[in-house]
Amino acid sequence: MTEGYSKSEMMIVAAARELAGQRVCFVGVGLPNIAVNLAQRTIAPDLELVYEAGVFGARPARLPLSIGDPTIVTGATAVTSMWDLFSLYLQGGLIDVGFLGAAQIDRFGNINTTVIGPYDRPTTRLPGSGGACEIAINARQVFVIMHQSRRSFVERIDFRTSPGNLGGAENAARIRHEQGWLGRGPSVVVTDLAIYHFDDAGEMRLDSLHPGVSLDQVRESVGWEVRVAADVRATPEPTAEELRLIRVELDPEGAYTT
Amino acid sequence: MSTSKVTTMRDAIAELVHDGDTVAIEGFTHLICFAAGHEIIRQRKRDLTLARLTPDLIYDQMVAGGVARKLIFSWLGNPGVGSLGAIRRRIESADPAPLEVEEYSHFGMVGRYTAGAANLPFYPLRSYFETDLPVANPLIRPIESPYGDGTVYAVPPLKPDVTIVHAQRADASGDTQVWGLLGCQKEAAFAARRVIVVVEELVPESVIRADPNRTILPGLIVDAVVVEPYGAHPSYVQGAYDRDNPFYIAWDPITRDESAIQQWLRDWVYDVDGRPAYIDKLGADRVASLRPSGTAPSGSVDYGAYR
Repeated sequence: MTEGYSKSEMMIVAAARELAGQRVCFVGVGLPNIAVNLAQRTIAPDLELVYEAGVFGARPARLPLSIGDPTIVTGATAVTSMWDLFSLYLQGGLIDVGFLGAAQIDRFGNINTTVIGPYDRPTTRLPGSGGACEIAINARQVFVIMHQSRRSFVERIDFRTSPGNLGGAENAARIRHEQGWLGRGPSVVVTDLAIYHFDDAGEMRLDSLHPGVSLDQVRESVGWEVRVAADVRATPEPTAEELRLIRVELDPEGAYTT
Repeated sequence: MSTSKVTTMRDAIAELVHDGDTVAIEGFTHLICFAAGHEIIRQRKRDLTLARLTPDLIYDQMVAGGVARKLIFSWLGNPGVGSLGAIRRRIESADPAPLEVEEYSHFGMVGRYTAGAANLPFYPLRSYFETDLPVANPLIRPIESPYGDGTVYAVPPLKPDVTIVHAQRADASGDTQVWGLLGCQKEAAFAARRVIVVVEELVPESVIRADPNRTILPGLIVDAVVVEPYGAHPSYVQGAYDRDNPFYIAWDPITRDESAIQQWLRDWVYDVDGRPAYIDKLGADRVASLRPSGTAPSGSVDYGAYR
């Protein structure tokens, strides 16, 4: 814990800031929910929030308890069937950013949210795809927010639930083109330690370290030899207003930040 | 004036849900009919295949109650809180028995109901490419476009024997209206052989006819109408009551412990004589705490008269 704010708060703030300039965001379950709601209250007030439950243009008055909370309905631009949402909005190509969480991720941004261990007899049964698989394929780009450790940043994921840059950028670009995917794949991963973008080879590259985090600390928590940008930046600390919004308005119970 | 389909939950479940059936209690976070799930547990139905995008607490309770042999789903968890212990124990350690699973993504499940409802042999979608899902579930299959412009994935139709839908209101013949999140109840109901509608409020046919854009199901496809206010607790009904989030949080320690779940089922399902008794047991203060913090009425529209 850095003085004054938690690692989770830094992660949420950094993830929210990545949404600057984006227009339409498909909000995944869990951490993306709070990051995106923070972004709408700060850096991206015109961000259209899309929830798989069937809402376009949500203006949640409180942090939605789940991605199907009644507060995403009241005051929204449109409530649609889930068929409309997945077919016309997502598959039709209207989503700029799909914001996902993950249990495991590899260097190419491929994501597992299904099982740890073998599928037929998992040691840990995770929730599964939900909408993540089709979001990863059809959203123009994918942002990921997750805690990082040797258990979550792994050389080989146990199950590929949502495709990222597959085996590398060249291979992924060819497959995406041949199969008519609209998405370009993952572009940002924000963790409790750092911010990563993807380089020309389609591999995750460390670009920014959160305050108080060392490069060694990051290396110890990644299951492969992580690529590091030539000029690693320092993530700016959360502002007082960002922390107030998280603590007072969005997550007074500390469900996401403790 | 058509005949009334209004019946009790006990009779609806006894007559329309049979051992071995495929049952879909749909409703995406919103309008989850816990009352029907509890009645299915009380009547000790067996060998059901339970279909639902998000099994949620209701299927965790039903699996713990021993009604299910198989689960068809796309996201398995306690939304915003954690996981579902009774289901996980059966998947991870076959405890107390194996549970067959058939897994899709949300869009895949929606597509399955859509194909089932529209009498199509499959539903095509741009999903599943380069993932392990078609390996885990061989019913997800690639299909070439007949027009020569690439491959998509197909999922098979899903036609539940029974779909159960909770709604704000219906008339006695089953014409059903919903507002708030719509999920895929419409597709799941049209795909089903039998449909049970459970409502907060029974209204005259004239109320339905005054606002036909809000109708999701015509009585034509509905077999039974059950009136059970608060039947969706601890999930919510837009405009009527909020999700009982303390309940979802309290479920987490219960679901981790098989004996705690069985005790909960005794206290809140087996020893409770239906939804009115459950709501009495919950208490007036708890129920009052779930009211929306204010009102947000829609404007009204004028459909016009054309004689």
